[in-house]
Amino acid sequence: MSGSRLRTLSLLTVVVLVGGYALAAFVAPMDADQGFMQKIFYLHVPMAIVALCGFVYGGICAVQHLRTGKPIWDLRSYVAIHIALILGVGVLLTGAIWAKASWGHWWVWDEPTLVSFLIIFLLYATYTPLRFAIEDRERQARYASVFAVTAGTFVPLNFLAVRAATSLVHPRTFDSANNLPGAMRTAFLVCFAGMVLLFVTLYQYEILHKQTTARLRALRYRLGGDDGLRPRRSAAPELSV
Amino acid sequence: MLLADSNVLPDNAGYVVAAYLVFLALILIYVVIMAVKMARISRDVAELDELTREPPAARHDVPEPSERTVA
Repeated sequence: MSGSRLRTLSLLTVVVLVGGYALAAFVAPMDADQGFMQKIFYLHVPMAIVALCGFVYGGICAVQHLRTGKPIWDLRSYVAIHIALILGVGVLLTGAIWAKASWGHWWVWDEPTLVSFLIIFLLYATYTPLRFAIEDRERQARYASVFAVTAGTFVPLNFLAVRAATSLVHPRTFDSANNLPGAMRTAFLVCFAGMVLLFVTLYQYEILHKQTTARLRALRYRLGGDDGLRPRRSAAPELSV
Repeated sequence: MLLADSNVLPDNAGYVVAAYLVFLALILIYVVIMAVKMARISRDVAELDELTREPPAARHDVPEPSERTVA
């Protein structure tokens, strides 16, 4: 993605996110049950959905990498999982704050939604150390892709299992009872769009950064500077230019 | 059921502020890390710029990329 398009994307992200949270704060009505505290919903839920979708997207890119053997797919998979992990940290922290405010506890161990998200997060937390542990770049990319495909398949299965389980305290966002009416739904959808845009923007920045670094290394090599192509241990994929 | 005209912030508004601040802090940390990386790239570009300004004879005596082996 070119610099000007990335700038436009960044601006759009800021506008949609700020607009979404302004809608959530000033237009969406207060929830009768939770009151003002429910405003965390507009941050926590979109972030959780985007993080989980990011993990799945990482798995899809990994499938492409295993099929084609092109390093760019490994990079895409790595970056998608990397950004989803960052959002995952946000989900766990905002969720804990909401839980403390709502239920009086930072964490509830017998709630399937919370524990399943933690399991997924911890599973993906091993992705970067796994990559770092393998020195050979080709093997690293292949093993990481197999991991991303397996874990990426686990995410929707886990989601379905949690949906089927009986919830003790954690509410279901969208169900047949239509529990998100009118202005609340609009605010939520705008916040969700903002979060998707944030993911795409951060993703594009990371990809561009990695590609630029690879180009610079190749250029330095051609100009006779440091041997930038000498393999060095890193969890990040290495692109050949 | 909704309370449409509630303008009074409850006592636990601090939790909401804390949640949004956590999100903002995460994004800020990410932006700072990206800024550091961009600064490094900028330094690399300047270094390469210096290399291209040097006359070819003044550059290090290195073999062509095709002749070099990657360990």
